[in-house]
Amino acid sequence: MRTLRVTVLAVAALLAATSTAGRGEGTNSAVPTNPDDRTIVHVLNRLGFGPTLGDIERVRRIGLPAYIDRQLHPERIDDTALRDRLATFETLSQSTQQLAERYFLPAQMARRERQRSPAAQDPSMTTESSAARRREALTPAQTEVVRMEREALSELMQAKLVRAVYSERQLEEMMVDFWFNHFNVFVGKGIVRLYLNEYERDVIRPHALGKFHDLLRATAESPAMLFYLDNWQSAAPEGATLADDNPARRRAGAIRPRTGFGRPGQVRRPTTLANPTASTQNRRRGLNENYARELMELHTLGVDGGYTQKDVQEVARAFTGWTINAPRQGGSFRFDPRMHDDGEKVVLKHKIKAGGGKKDGDDVLALLVAHPSTARFIALKLARRFVADEPPAALVDRAARRFRETGGDIREVVRTIVTSSEFFAANAYRAKVKTPLEFVVSAVRATGTPMANVLPLVQAVRNLGMPLYGCQPPTGYADKAEAWVNSGALLNRMNFAVTLTSGRSGRGPGLRPALGERATPEPAIGSAELVKSALAGEISEATASTIAKATTSPQALALVLGSPEFQRR
Amino acid sequence: MISRRVFLKDGGLALVSLGFAPQFLARAVAAAAPRRKVLVTIFQRGAVDGLNMIVPFGERDYYASRPSIAIAKPGGSAEAAIDLDGFFGLHPRMAPLKPLYDAQQLAIVHACGSPDGTRSHFDAQDYMETATPGVKSTQDGWLNRYLHAREHEHATPFRAVAMASQLPRSLQGLAPALAIGQIGQFGIRAGQATDMVQASFEAEYAAAASGVLNRTGRDAFNAVKMLKDADPARYSPENGAEYPRSPYGDALRQIAQLIKADVGLEVAFAETGQWDHHAQEGAAVGQLATRLADFSNGIAALVRDLGDRMADVMILTMSEFGRTVAENGNRGTDHGHGNAMMVIGGGVRGGKVYGKWPGLAREQRYEGRDLAVTTDFRTVFAEVAGAHLGLTNTPHVFPGFKGPLAVGVVGA
Repeated sequence: MRTLRVTVLAVAALLAATSTAGRGEGTNSAVPTNPDDRTIVHVLNRLGFGPTLGDIERVRRIGLPAYIDRQLHPERIDDTALRDRLATFETLSQSTQQLAERYFLPAQMARRERQRSPAAQDPSMTTESSAARRREALTPAQTEVVRMEREALSELMQAKLVRAVYSERQLEEMMVDFWFNHFNVFVGKGIVRLYLNEYERDVIRPHALGKFHDLLRATAESPAMLFYLDNWQSAAPEGATLADDNPARRRAGAIRPRTGFGRPGQVRRPTTLANPTASTQNRRRGLNENYARELMELHTLGVDGGYTQKDVQEVARAFTGWTINAPRQGGSFRFDPRMHDDGEKVVLKHKIKAGGGKKDGDDVLALLVAHPSTARFIALKLARRFVADEPPAALVDRAARRFRETGGDIREVVRTIVTSSEFFAANAYRAKVKTPLEFVVSAVRATGTPMANVLPLVQAVRNLGMPLYGCQPPTGYADKAEAWVNSGALLNRMNFAVTLTSGRSGRGPGLRPALGERATPEPAIGSAELVKSALAGEISEATASTIAKATTSPQALALVLGSPEFQRR
Repeated sequence: MISRRVFLKDGGLALVSLGFAPQFLARAVAAAAPRRKVLVTIFQRGAVDGLNMIVPFGERDYYASRPSIAIAKPGGSAEAAIDLDGFFGLHPRMAPLKPLYDAQQLAIVHACGSPDGTRSHFDAQDYMETATPGVKSTQDGWLNRYLHAREHEHATPFRAVAMASQLPRSLQGLAPALAIGQIGQFGIRAGQATDMVQASFEAEYAAAASGVLNRTGRDAFNAVKMLKDADPARYSPENGAEYPRSPYGDALRQIAQLIKADVGLEVAFAETGQWDHHAQEGAAVGQLATRLADFSNGIAALVRDLGDRMADVMILTMSEFGRTVAENGNRGTDHGHGNAMMVIGGGVRGGKVYGKWPGLAREQRYEGRDLAVTTDFRTVFAEVAGAHLGLTNTPHVFPGFKGPLAVGVVGA
């Protein structure tokens, strides 16, 4: 890569004068204008889910700097082919209320009826047959609604893979995945599953390359996050001044006093909850610190970002009353002054005056976005995603500075990183181990395997240890090699390579349907072509000689996809 | 245990018959492969109703609160609780465990649970598996931190195994751990070409430039060979043990096979689900009864199958929280707080129900509705990790936990 560095300055000067000039963007671009194959493959592996056949030539034709710039502006890229593919998933465009009415509430009712049915309590029911019996206990209509609910979730998961494989806006998909993971919510926690679709579609995606502040605010007000981190039920602790009891606010006319409603020191729970059990369970509960803690530790400042336990409590107080309107019916964000602690707060040494109501939370978000620790933490995580598990400190510094200069403009921070000399440095090449998602998607892209049935691929990603939307802790999935490299997982990757290329069912995840209507399972691409287009022709002698010894073409392809070289990006 | 399998550094497996081996080799083997203790953890996911599992039949409030689902006082009937100590009894479908209690190999810790009051399955399971109640951002599980704290050079790839398709939170972390759905399926599966494909991949990874892929690839193929040579599938259940025909029963049967095959298993994980009985829970018969029968039959089969090996094995059962003292309007129970845990094994001071019993009167309950917690679940974890497995670095595995570090269940 030494030759690349030589061209860096010339290129930077050229770019500053042309495409990036006048937009206030960084002028230190290290993007080579005359890149070799490995550099293009590197960019395709980092800005997206890896090369497809012919991508190297396509990028070279467009020009590498122009390609990167286009990816930074996904709205300028035509993606109608993807839109057509996604059209078959009808739940994707539905509102949460529609999803609740059509899928989730009927399924919930069916499950309740099933629990009450006599068959469910038959003592003769042995364990091995219990699942089957329970299915039998459902009427055909109930079976159908439960199936439909599963289908709605399944469509979301399939769509994620379809987008990753086929979208021309590869960087946008990468960023949606990144931010979803950064602001993680878990499909298995209660009603989160009902809100997943809107969370990704309306909360994450519109801001994936936008302003961090907008993204943070959108997540803070999203029912998915409010439920996942329990803030929806966080209420003023006993003895606190409630927003609608605050005399100052009443005088100011911010909230009309309610006659006959609770005195200061008494917390009344909202009565609008759809589930009476939940409201009973949560009665008498005061402050819930979960969101406040993760907001600072995971979303903004980082664990060493300089906040105290006292700050956690104060932030939790600021967000009391940020709740969900009728959560089980797919309701939206609502500020409930009856739950809000309206006293004064001190957050990170800044005073938030009493009587702020909903604005308390907004003020906290603004404070956090402006905090230098946030710029640094976001820069570090982005640099880790795009460059290396332990990214160079100088790059993180520059990216953090760019974050502050631009008021948290994600596009510009990403641009700083992916046009940096560190990004194109030799030691960044293949420095990242692919996550299971990246591995599966890159294998499908590289081989051009048609995706007629996406479900086996959803299952494959799950089997490799990264179930889509299924990361339980709020940390999201790890973005470091050691999290993904263990002996069981590695064997599973090799088996996936075998199964994907053999097109045979009854083995591993059974990917035959993924091969779709193709008459012959014979792969469309040869192993030499695959090595060239996906790995820039760079494989070890051992890998080359095992591929040469393969007796069939699918076997040779499997030995490429399962190779150590293909596990990296 | 005359002969021991020794896992050598290069991944080969040597069968050494101590009786015929030269003395120096016998000594070397004894030193290299000390008999390691084994912990089998069983997670009852969904919050089992501990009050119908370990029945406080001596409590009047138990019967007052559960008009349709209470288990009758011991007294001849097959529907009644099985008396343990004149106050507590086992659910009648847990009869297979009674001989273990009588043999003092089964100890129960009642009113045990988390200091955190969450009634969310998700949070409570998370807190239990990370053993950091109230802290959501803990990334590793307590069993993994144990493994990490006690790494040793004789560790095999099978040191920690979850019989599950995915690694549970308890075992996630820096130390290597395997998730195996079916031990027969572990390895490269390429039909007739399996041997060739496996050899090819092995060659590729042996030459990998990257440290981590190279090392892990070598470990993976060593594990495959080790399992193939040890062939755990050849161990059929002994002593007339009959495992329940359920995924849970299969998991326990395979754990026994791994233990018998001497592949270096130290920590095993199995799970069993469907404990969340909000409606029609049943009493001596019904949904819960069916699940408890499966649960108990599995443990009884594992103990019987392992026979004398139980001297080195301990089984620990857990569930994320208990259920309400009172039954609800649907003849079920809702999410509660305190629960019961069981510890089973040769090294257990069994035949006793441990823990301070808080009582079930309304004012004795947690938030007026649930069994209160008088023993932190981490106390039981810490005792098993310390007294059975030999952990000394307790703060590493249980960060922030102030103790106590034992209830006294271990140490026969």
